Amino acid sequence: MREKLLRWESILLLLCILVFVWGSASTPGFAETDNVSFLLLDYTEVALLALALLPIILTGEIDLSVASVLGFCSALTGVLWDAGMSFETIVPLVLVAGAVLGSLNATLIVRFGLPALAVTIGTLGLYRGLAYVVLGDGAVTGFPDTYRPIATDTIPGTFLPYSTLVVLVLGILVAVVVHYTPIGRSLYAIGLGEQTARFSGIRVQRIKFVLYIVSGILCALASLVYTLRYNSARADNANGLELIAVAAVLLGGVSIFGGKGTVVGVASALLLMAGLRNVLFLNDVTNEIQNVINGLLLIISVLVPVVANLVRRRRSPAAVGIPEPPPQETLPDPVGATAASHATPEEDQR
Amino acid sequence: MAAPDHTGVPLLELRDVTKSFQAVRALRGVSLALRSGEVHALAGENGAGKSTVVRIIGGEHQPDSGDVLLDGEHVRFSSPREAQQRGVAVIHQEPIQFPDLSVAENVFMGRQPLRTGRRIDRKAMHRRASEVFDQLGVPIDPARQTRGLSIADQQIIEIAKALVADARIIVMDEPTAALSAVEAERLFRVARGLADRGAALLFISHRLDEMYTLCDRVTVLRDGAFVVTERMADIDNDTLVRRMVGRSVEQLFPKRDTEIGEEVLVVDGLTRAGVYRDISFSVRRGEIVGLAGLVGSGRSEVVRAVFGVDDRDSGTVTVDGKALPKGKPRNAIESGVALVPEDRREQGLVLELSIERNASLARLRQVSPGGLTRQSRERALAGTWGERLSLKFGSLSDPAATLSGGNQQKIVLGKWLATEPSVLIVDEPTRGIDIGAKVEVHALLSDLAAQGMAVLLISSELPEVLGMADRVLVMHEGRITAELSRDEADEESVMYAATGNGSAA
Repeated sequence: MREKLLRWESILLLLCILVFVWGSASTPGFAETDNVSFLLLDYTEVALLALALLPIILTGEIDLSVASVLGFCSALTGVLWDAGMSFETIVPLVLVAGAVLGSLNATLIVRFGLPALAVTIGTLGLYRGLAYVVLGDGAVTGFPDTYRPIATDTIPGTFLPYSTLVVLVLGILVAVVVHYTPIGRSLYAIGLGEQTARFSGIRVQRIKFVLYIVSGILCALASLVYTLRYNSARADNANGLELIAVAAVLLGGVSIFGGKGTVVGVASALLLMAGLRNVLFLNDVTNEIQNVINGLLLIISVLVPVVANLVRRRRSPAAVGIPEPPPQETLPDPVGATAASHATPEEDQR
Repeated sequence: MAAPDHTGVPLLELRDVTKSFQAVRALRGVSLALRSGEVHALAGENGAGKSTVVRIIGGEHQPDSGDVLLDGEHVRFSSPREAQQRGVAVIHQEPIQFPDLSVAENVFMGRQPLRTGRRIDRKAMHRRASEVFDQLGVPIDPARQTRGLSIADQQIIEIAKALVADARIIVMDEPTAALSAVEAERLFRVARGLADRGAALLFISHRLDEMYTLCDRVTVLRDGAFVVTERMADIDNDTLVRRMVGRSVEQLFPKRDTEIGEEVLVVDGLTRAGVYRDISFSVRRGEIVGLAGLVGSGRSEVVRAVFGVDDRDSGTVTVDGKALPKGKPRNAIESGVALVPEDRREQGLVLELSIERNASLARLRQVSPGGLTRQSRERALAGTWGERLSLKFGSLSDPAATLSGGNQQKIVLGKWLATEPSVLIVDEPTRGIDIGAKVEVHALLSDLAAQGMAVLLISSELPEVLGMADRVLVMHEGRITAELSRDEADEESVMYAATGNGSAA
């Protein structure tokens, strides 16, 4: 299993390199520092949403409301800023708002046991609607120059934007938690066998609840970056971005059924998608075509493991996957079978 | 249907049938004759091979050797469908139907009467369904939706299906397990009526009194082997029980004498509405307590509640004098309780995870000094227990799914022993594992008890309970019906209590 994942990640990294080499060779301006910075900036929010999604998808759940949480938090930022509140006050308030929206998802999914797909499709609409209720159609601009550089500028002397640094730090944090802590081990166990996880004393409900709250907070953070980057708070900010984020996570080799995937894989997928988008953009490929390409990438990412498994199964039917369960219900107890193999019916009827 | 015929060729006969699954011989030399007009009982403990007989008759399995004769002629049913076409119907304990369709639609599923243009003739369908229900003496409205019908009524629908399909051989696999006394009586009337009209019935039940009420003849299976066929009138209750269980306890159970200490686990008044009631017992240091009973008597539910994965309505659980909160497995683990669950594949293991990750799952904090999980520690933990339990594996990073059943069970045992429990609850620890592994598990339980662990052993295999336990608790329909010392407990006393006859002592 591990080798397979590593292979998928190597393929992604290879594709990344290909895209960047191809971009530098074919497209003037691609390799310039400013462009690379822009390319990274452009994917900051997607990366944050993907970080929110990864642990949730590892447990076999989903959160499709991430971009709507971003939208609502952006609208809230605008309203509060418009009302004359200081940005220092707004930041914690918006983060709390994200946590509240996340915990509403969690309550419906974890406490009431509703399917995450249905719930978060619902809140996808609900939170986006609330964003319009809060802010209306308009936009709020004029955010303070003291903070905007965090979302727009690079660290002096490098091509690395501040916000990418934030993403990197958070990414490493998520990677450590997911791959090197009891919580992380638990995520995989839940995704692959929720009952066994429960029987092992893992607090499945609590973990899932926390994941949705963390997701809300990360989305709120993404909303702050988004709002500052575009210097614009609007209710329709990041509309549809959840699909890009989900695509990045799945393309990164994370199983939609839970229990499989790595942070490195998702990071590679993000870089690949960001690079590809940038190259296409520089070559004047329209947004519509880019959407087509994103869609194809998503389908391929889901298809490849299935096809690979099929091919391998055809080659060696016994070696791959989990063996078929033996017909256990129909088996008599082997103890019985052996214990009694000595006693013949005749003996018994003595 | 033909008139009852008690003498001629049996409608269906098994002769010297053998069936193995991998290394396990499920049936050996089983013979059975189902005659027109007769209700034939099939008796035996869990795992005696009854289900395999049902599946062979129903066409789900094919025998490895031996003959199946239909009206005296050799047949080989290659599929359930073929068996159905030849007049065999199997009524399962909990029938599977289409809940959104009407009763008549379910009865005629796959053989709807047609009008011109291949349209379904609803009128004819409803009329004929009514006729069948009249014939059975059970008023069910053919037009009503199937959803919401009781299991008893659903079984009647299955029987109606069998009649519509002109079935002459009707197998009822534990049909009364989920029925009330009144419903069971109605089912018996229907069954008797079918036999009187010339059908041959095979009736499977755990309740001996039902066999005496309904059946004409009984065949007893034990451990996959044919024991005897008798007329019900010629075999008394005691003899029948002895035929079902009578065998000596073998070397399989290396039980050691241990010094039994103070009470560790005390369960008092545990109740969950509709599942179990007023369960009280204790397990002492160094003691193996067996929890016997038929499948469905509530044993697993009780220990799941003790451990905390299931909720309970009332009652207390204390370990070393400390009360465990309900519904919190983690507290149970911290207090030194370990549960090796019934379903190894769904509850004991994460099959796709590696051996080492499975082994550390209940003990993640101990392999994570400073909060960071170390693979080296996981590996060491799995390696230590793998060695102690002589686990056979390729690499500790292989998925647990790649191991045999016995070795999988060893991982589960190792995973729980790694938590250093003072109370070990094992639910069907040897189900579906080979004989070698079985002996090892028994020896392990003996050793653990000798070292002072309190062991609660659930098993559906009587020899295992009798061979291993210092004390046996017997459950029947959610209550403890007997508590027997090692000396008092034998096959008969446990079987009596497990079938609701109260203590035989």
